[in-house]
Amino acid sequence: MNKFGFSIAHTRSTDLDTANLGKAEELLQRVPSYKLCIGCGGCTAACTAGLFTDFNIRRIHTQFARGQYKGLDRRLQSCMLCGKCLLVCPRGVNTRALIVEMRRLLNNTDPA
Amino acid sequence: MKYAIIGAGPAGIEAASVLAAHGKEVTLFEKAPSPLKNIADKAFLFPNFAPADEMVQTLDKKLQNELITVLYDTEITDLSRVALTGTVESYGDYAATMPQSSFAIPSEWKLTDAKGHTYFANKVLVTTGYTPFDAHRKEELGYGIYKGIHTSIEMEKMIRHKLFFLMIRRPPRRIVFLQCVGSRDEKSGNHYCSKVCCVTAVKQAIEVKKLLPNTDVFVFYMDLRMWGQGFEEMYRQSQETYGVRFVRGRISEASGTFDGRVQIKAEDTLMGLPMKMTTDLLVLMVGMEASEGTRQIGHSCNICGDYGFIHTIDPHLQDNLTSHKDLYAAGTCKRPMSLTDSVNDARAAALAMLDS
Ligand code: SF4
Ligand code: SF4
Ligand code: SF4
Repeated sequence: MNKFGFSIAHTRSTDLDTANLGKAEELLQRVPSYKLCIGCGGCTAACTAGLFTDFNIRRIHTQFARGQYKGLDRRLQSCMLCGKCLLVCPRGVNTRALIVEMRRLLNNTDPA
Repeated sequence: MKYAIIGAGPAGIEAASVLAAHGKEVTLFEKAPSPLKNIADKAFLFPNFAPADEMVQTLDKKLQNELITVLYDTEITDLSRVALTGTVESYGDYAATMPQSSFAIPSEWKLTDAKGHTYFANKVLVTTGYTPFDAHRKEELGYGIYKGIHTSIEMEKMIRHKLFFLMIRRPPRRIVFLQCVGSRDEKSGNHYCSKVCCVTAVKQAIEVKKLLPNTDVFVFYMDLRMWGQGFEEMYRQSQETYGVRFVRGRISEASGTFDGRVQIKAEDTLMGLPMKMTTDLLVLMVGMEASEGTRQIGHSCNICGDYGFIHTIDPHLQDNLTSHKDLYAAGTCKRPMSLTDSVNDARAAALAMLDS
């Protein structure tokens, strides 16, 4: 088939009506302290991995919470689980547990 | 010494009771047929969830004092300074330019109501309060155009009377609150923050979750201003215990869907992406504006400040004094403030009146 250089453009908009929030809800169950996140970015600022790569832990968990899981599994590999982010969070979010649980939920073998 | 207070809201009543406790005769002028118009329909008060009715009853009781006379249906439309001899003289700019000692001529305040009746007093306190922002002015938010879009004032009534089902005819799956409607908004002409709507949204979100635990509740905000004691704790509680979701972003427009719901558009600024969703109910957290009475009094004796609120001499130490001698102001006629701050301010004003 000829290709004309056109394709269907998908909206970048987050549509919460169609978003698949199952994993996001499950994450809140497993790490209840995440309910308290205010998106301040303290975790990202503290993260050493984020200094040298485009790894942004605040962005990743926000994206997860909105049901946009695509590509997160690979990006989460940059985390060293050092726990620096945990030390700075003003709301006491257990960010390290959050990362471990996000990985588990994104891993297809996980029941959720 | 005769004392007059214009406006029988919480500030007016509190000030009257302090003056009466000091043995002063006070006349309260209220344009409505009953007192406490703005809080009569409230359900609960932040931050302690005390029933608003209790507050109303306590304040009502304070009015039962033989030294306090309340004149309802009496709208004071003009305030001027008259010499005790009876000749009317305009005080106006004259007052601002002359040293206090030059007021040798004994004079008093003349209050004129809408029906043309006049009253006289030595000292006058203005507690004419605020009025909620008229959400029709933000046309893009669809208030008065589509079903399911209500103001925080209406939401409070819905909570008080448990009216959700009447207003939207089915248990809502989702309720969205939008902060800063008519405040912090160039387009509304109001640059100021109305101060109480943030915490009110959090309070109402909690109320909704208590009544309808299975409803998803979202709050869209520009900044969350949890300035008072216990406010930040309430915000935490709304997240932790009630699962209220907060999204940083301002809803740019709301429109009706074919099935009678509301579609909203915003930017999810923490993601840097546009966001949309449908909701059964969109609650607009309307701000505070100077009431009609506040503007009228402000203009009639030239004490109008920014945005139609009453201007006081100094925000720190002379915040109840106006540029006129024996004319005082307290509460939300000066600027947006919480109920707590408003009654405290009224007590301060009463003491300032007794002092001078
Ligand atoms: S530091 Fe804590 S509150 Fe701030 S974005 Fe990270 S997890 Fe959320
Ligand atoms: S635990 Fe991971 S996300 Fe947190 S600071 Fe360490 S590398 Fe960054
Ligand atoms: S109190 Fe909050 S909602 Fe109200 S105007 Fe200020 S920032 Fe906006």
